[in-house]
Amino acid sequence: MTPADLLPLVLLGAVIGFDTVSFPQAMLARPIVAATLGGALVGSAMLGALCGAILECFALETLPVGASRYPEWGSASVVGGAMVGDVHAATAGALIIAVIIALAGAWLGGWSMVQLRSLNARRVRRRQDAIARGDGRVIRNLHLQGLLSDFVRGAALTAVLLAIALPLRDLSERASQGLTLSVGRPLLGMIALAVAVSAVWKHFASVPYVRPIIGFALAAGIAWFFVA
Amino acid sequence: MTTTTPPLPVRTQLSMLLRLLAIQGSWNYETLIGTGIGFCVEPALRLLPGGRDGEAYRAALARQTQYFNAHPYLAAVAVGALGRAELDGEPAHQIERYRRALCSPLGSLGDRLVWSAWLPFCSIVALALFAWGAAPLLIVLGFLALYNAGHLWLLVWGLRTGWRDGLRVAPSLGTRLLRQGPTAISRAGAALGGLVLPVVFLRIAGGDANDKLVLAFVLFAALIAAALLLRLHGRLQGWKAGLIVLSLVAIYSAVRS
Repeated sequence: MTPADLLPLVLLGAVIGFDTVSFPQAMLARPIVAATLGGALVGSAMLGALCGAILECFALETLPVGASRYPEWGSASVVGGAMVGDVHAATAGALIIAVIIALAGAWLGGWSMVQLRSLNARRVRRRQDAIARGDGRVIRNLHLQGLLSDFVRGAALTAVLLAIALPLRDLSERASQGLTLSVGRPLLGMIALAVAVSAVWKHFASVPYVRPIIGFALAAGIAWFFVA
Repeated sequence: MTTTTPPLPVRTQLSMLLRLLAIQGSWNYETLIGTGIGFCVEPALRLLPGGRDGEAYRAALARQTQYFNAHPYLAAVAVGALGRAELDGEPAHQIERYRRALCSPLGSLGDRLVWSAWLPFCSIVALALFAWGAAPLLIVLGFLALYNAGHLWLLVWGLRTGWRDGLRVAPSLGTRLLRQGPTAISRAGAALGGLVLPVVFLRIAGGDANDKLVLAFVLFAALIAAALLLRLHGRLQGWKAGLIVLSLVAIYSAVRS
């Protein structure tokens, strides 16, 4: 990956991080979208989508509910998708290292959002008098500052994650030598499936009649697994 | 008694809709989306007597920028209703009281409908497209089109309903869609999720290159792990557990090579 490749990735990470909460919350920041776009940007949308599907299984577990602290999947997924797409092969090591970077990056992204929200709160406190007077210019500027800060947050986060990820490509090659594809991918699939199934149960099982629905559907899904 | 809804200029409506897409831009731990509500309702407040320089505009904007919490999509109802109430010249204390009362229902309805049902359902549809081997572009566009059809519809419906009903918007929040929608979407999501997740696993695990019987054992191991995660609910999040396990595997593999 050359510096010329990095700038579009940082910009994409900024746009997608911005989408998470600020604008337009169109769910560009979901891993299956963000990682696919990240992979496409370095030449392999297919591998990006594979990484995105794994991360989407993890993201199913966390809901972006208001004041709660949750991982910011968007920018981290761009980096994860780009890492896998860059090697142009779904080696076990590349996939596992990309998923690790994305999961850790999502945690870091969640932390960065908490910091941004605290910064916004300080800005609101500082301008409390103008807000109480109904000063339209101050209120608009407060909002625009928040939007701009979030865009910069997404760009900075993506840049930091890329700076961490690129040196780890050597580790992914070494991990691939010690871990065959026939072990690495089923392991990733197992962890992703366990998280996704538990997430589906957690989200939906409180709804009447859903528990038997999940049971029957899983049985049908397992049958499909054998014939697919 | 029938009341006619005063028309909201198209340009003002579009401006409010565009701003609603950025309602959380200044989300903070002090006023939550209060500043965002003020930012979104502001184009309507310009229609108050005296315009942007008027006392009515400043008083209304100061009221609307105070603490507010709601689901970001259903906040459109609040923006419409509060804008209408300000333009109708409702008493300030009544607007403030209604504003406080709107927070809880708009938060819980939105969380149930969007975050707990619609988003996971659309996410599962995207995984289903992946499982069926759809092209990456189709997965991305299919997910975004489906999710945002609901997202944008809610914003437009919310703003129009809020504007139409003003401070009498509460009965409109009891519509069939808002009451029964989360249940129906959750059932569909549960059915689709159960059906496609084993095949998603097969695609991730590389079904073409691996022995199906071995993968079947791994699949059952995953289901046991899912049950374990459910038992540990609240004490261990799956993505954190995944991060720890994968990090250990990567380190072991790198050292072994």
